[in-house]
Amino acid sequence: MGAQKKGSSRVSEDAEELARNPLQAILLADSFATKFRPITLERPKVLLPLVNVPMIDYTLAWLESAGVEEVFIFCCAHSRQVMDYLESSGWHKQPNFTVAMIESNNSISAGDALRLIYERNVIHGDFVLVSGDTVSNMSLTHAVKEHKERRKKDNNAVMTMVIKKSKPSPVIHQSRLGTDELFMAIDPDTNQLLCYEERGEHPRGAISLENSLLADNPSISLHNDKQDCYIDICSQEVLSLFTDNFDYQHLRRHFVKGLLVDDIMGYKIFTHEIHSSYAARIDNYRSYDTISKDIIQRWTYPFVPDVRFSANCTTKLEREGMYKAPEIQQSRSAHIGPFTVIGKGTRIGDDSRITHSVIGEGCTIGSNVSIVGSYIWNNVTIEDGCELRHAIVCDGVIIKAAATLEPGVVLSFKVVIGREFVVPAYSKVSLFQQPTAQDSDEELEYADSSSGAIDPSIADAGNKLNGDIVSESSQMQDWSTSQLGPGGAGFIWSACDGGCEEEWRHSVAPIPTDKLAKALLAIEEDLEIVKVSDSALTPSGELEPGSDDDDSDNMDDSNVDTVDFEKEAEATFLRAAQDNIAVDDLILEMNSLRLSYNKSAGDCTGALFYPMMKLALESPHNTAVELQKNVASVVSKWHKLFEVLAKEVDDQIELIMKFEEMCLESTKEFAPIFSQILYLLYEREIIGEEAILRWDDERKDADESDRVFVKQSEKFIQWLREADEEED
Amino acid sequence: MPDVQALVNMFLNKLKKRKIEGSQATAKQTAELLRSVISQQRVPRTNQAGALIDAVRAIGEQLIVANPIELAVGNIVRRVLHIIREEDLSLTTAAVAELNLSTVSDDDDDDGGGGDQDDRPVLSAAAVAAAARNTLRPPSLQMLLEGAPDFVAVPRSSSSGGDSEGKSKSMDRNSRTRKLKHDIIEAVNELIQDITTCHELIAEQAVEHIHQNEVILTLGSSKTVLEFLCAAKEKKRSFRVFVAEGAPRYQGHLLAKELVARGLQTTLITDSAVFAMISRVNMVIVGSHAVMANGGVIAPVGMNMVALAAQKHAVPFVVLAGSHKLCPLYPHNPEVLLNELRSPSELLDFGEFSDCLDFGSGDGSPLLHVVNPTFDYVPPKAVSLFITDTGGHNPSYMYRLIADYYSADDLVVQRRHAAGN
Repeated sequence: MGAQKKGSSRVSEDAEELARNPLQAILLADSFATKFRPITLERPKVLLPLVNVPMIDYTLAWLESAGVEEVFIFCCAHSRQVMDYLESSGWHKQPNFTVAMIESNNSISAGDALRLIYERNVIHGDFVLVSGDTVSNMSLTHAVKEHKERRKKDNNAVMTMVIKKSKPSPVIHQSRLGTDELFMAIDPDTNQLLCYEERGEHPRGAISLENSLLADNPSISLHNDKQDCYIDICSQEVLSLFTDNFDYQHLRRHFVKGLLVDDIMGYKIFTHEIHSSYAARIDNYRSYDTISKDIIQRWTYPFVPDVRFSANCTTKLEREGMYKAPEIQQSRSAHIGPFTVIGKGTRIGDDSRITHSVIGEGCTIGSNVSIVGSYIWNNVTIEDGCELRHAIVCDGVIIKAAATLEPGVVLSFKVVIGREFVVPAYSKVSLFQQPTAQDSDEELEYADSSSGAIDPSIADAGNKLNGDIVSESSQMQDWSTSQLGPGGAGFIWSACDGGCEEEWRHSVAPIPTDKLAKALLAIEEDLEIVKVSDSALTPSGELEPGSDDDDSDNMDDSNVDTVDFEKEAEATFLRAAQDNIAVDDLILEMNSLRLSYNKSAGDCTGALFYPMMKLALESPHNTAVELQKNVASVVSKWHKLFEVLAKEVDDQIELIMKFEEMCLESTKEFAPIFSQILYLLYEREIIGEEAILRWDDERKDADESDRVFVKQSEKFIQWLREADEEED
Repeated sequence: MPDVQALVNMFLNKLKKRKIEGSQATAKQTAELLRSVISQQRVPRTNQAGALIDAVRAIGEQLIVANPIELAVGNIVRRVLHIIREEDLSLTTAAVAELNLSTVSDDDDDDGGGGDQDDRPVLSAAAVAAAARNTLRPPSLQMLLEGAPDFVAVPRSSSSGGDSEGKSKSMDRNSRTRKLKHDIIEAVNELIQDITTCHELIAEQAVEHIHQNEVILTLGSSKTVLEFLCAAKEKKRSFRVFVAEGAPRYQGHLLAKELVARGLQTTLITDSAVFAMISRVNMVIVGSHAVMANGGVIAPVGMNMVALAAQKHAVPFVVLAGSHKLCPLYPHNPEVLLNELRSPSELLDFGEFSDCLDFGSGDGSPLLHVVNPTFDYVPPKAVSLFITDTGGHNPSYMYRLIADYYSADDLVVQRRHAAGN
């Protein structure tokens, strides 16, 4: 109690301190990922143009307008370029808004970055943690206030995560931003985050909640329609937590999950849902496409092309969502369709058609060019008769006459595509060779990205590219035997590391219909599985603890397990029969199997009896008598097994019933000789007298159909009873 | 100067981020900013008005480009330019009159009273020309003049020949510099005063327009309309108000709340119910975003529908507009951006419709497009009356009003910038 009081008094001090402190933000200008390769080999992701404005400008403009006064920009890969850009842009001159750089050369993850910032000791209170590729127009004041109030009450509430409702695609299980479907468990009363799971880690599509979660919280709501905006309002403790846990790398995978699992320190994460404002993060090419379109459709207002929120030039919005910058030379016969942005000084030739695309500054587009859903950056030359569909074309690319870019193509800086060359779908083309050391392992990917940043040869080449064109023209000679048609320059990167068949998920191109159809089929199969396992959980229903969901889950498990166990037992028995394994060994084996599946001895006998009888049936026989002989031989061989396993009367009854069932369903051949075999089993002492009598008793009240075998063995039972009486 | 630049930058930022809402607030802040620009501006000895005009125009260009949709910014910039010109002119004529007076007193001894009458216009015309030359003088010449005796003093020294008199004249000139600036700032202060009090001035006229037991319809929310209605209420007029809610921002809800708080009988209706209700309405009174030179009105979205309904039922359609809303441009001017498209999230919830905006499926182009324009254009023939702080005016009279407030030289502030860009 004393400690609690002490803590609370400290909190109030903190609160006063916070009131004095300006709101700070950490902006990670490095994504620590390789999703935007090969483009990011030459330019950092945060400087890539998004609707003709570098991504970082969206983030900074938003932070500035949301009342953040001090921003620390952390940059690692290509830090020089980021710093140069910030120097040249006006962000240093803004009133009431200071931008400071923190540079590092050896950070390979967000965790490293935060540890470094902690060492610098520049954060003095609550801060906003975002990455430099966030586009938002939300107001932070409310979320920060909420966070601070929670902190006053509970010192362990270290982080508030901003989420937004966005339905994932039911077919391919990814959000519209191309990220994996996300499951969250949230306490509806306090908004506390209880569980955070990405579908990618659970291929079967099922998540498991811990029992304690259900027991401890009076109500939980489960969501799969929430999008993580990657905007976090953190307390200072977050930085020290990263330092304490030096193995935390990824913000979500390690840090958030680490806090959720760890109940010793009791740190809590809360969520703040935004409704009318927009927030999203560019994580892959698909989100680049989606967010570009959201910007063009003005969801990010006031951060739209025709509002000058950064150093961008004046653009006018015309009919049908067409944005045009000044000094455009457009042929009268050129058709520019809806939702298109055209940058300053671009020239467009006769009969060209452009729809749903973004064209940068100073581009030259020839005649009869068709551009659909593509992103063309600055100073690109597209010659006559080219066709571009859903492609990203970086600065300085030259596409020669009649070339075609199929959906999902990414052309990195200064690539040249030869005449009439068709670039295959989803290929990525760069002037750089694809790095050979590829590994799908995530950790290695981090290391890889940083090595790419400091690798002197690549950096040199990058400088050369940025340098004079004269030296480049000499370089052009090397491409005489290019993979990109006559006069082309560049390497086609082989389908990426790891999930190459997953390429369509994250590309700028819309998802092909055949993939959708396939995914739909897979879903139907999934649904059947779901029917079998009879899931009682609805995606975002509320669960009350104490309902029988847990029990039903167990039932499902046991059903599945029984089938598995029987199969396993049968296989074991048959193997033993084939290899003539000693009965004692088989008993040992069966016992361990039984224990591992947590089954009773009765289950075991039942599972074994079936293959034994089948064995007898499979050995050659013509008449019932011969079959009986077979059974006798098999039984005599294995009777010891049952003597050990089926000691109890109940187990023996189970055995009889199993046999009965078999005679009725699978192996009808045994039906006529049921009583004989029963006698045989009695003789071999597999089934005791008591078991038979009790079986008879149980069957007395049963239907006539169920009593077929009882009647058949009536004489035998009669004889048993008489013998019994005589003994008495 | 640096602090002025900082002020300008801050205001530019606010304009760019669309952080200032409402034309009155924008107009007031623009005027205040320009006032500090003028007061901080160092003026040369000669051509003061020209220097001030250049300074104001340079900043005005930036302001207009920062938010071209908010026409009040441009209006105020032009008003201030007009004020500078007017003050300069009045000072020059005053100086000329003074000059005349002194020449007259000089000449009185030589000539008779009859020649006096003929001489004055000739002399005054020469003085005006000199003054005009004075204002147009390039700064390099001014440097030369620093040591030399005063320009105006030259002809006079020949006549009276007193060196001490020339000195006193230059002193007088300095005071004139200060006087010009002082007068301009005074006039800008008056302008700011006008902007702040325009509500009251408009509201004073309410009793003449709203009569007993009338039904008034309005759309959205406007401070001017609120004050206008309340002024009528205070004069013991009893009437009813229909408020159309003004989707998608629903500012009508706020207005209804305010009206009820002031004790007015209020009915809130949807925008689409306006046509059904218009037959019961005696007068439509609405606010505006800007009034164009042809008498057309830029007003919150939905207003044209109300105007058409009013026209159909011959209900008077009255627009309230402070003088800062009068824009000297015509709506067909390509430099005038008539509309601002705001975020679609005001119309619908992104989360609910996120599956309709999934660009990953289909051919990549969204099938759903949400448009959220902020303004409507109401043509002049649909407007019955404008009530400004100077009284009621017919739409066809607007151009005349505008000629009073603006000088024709300043209409092109923006266009010049666009050409330069």
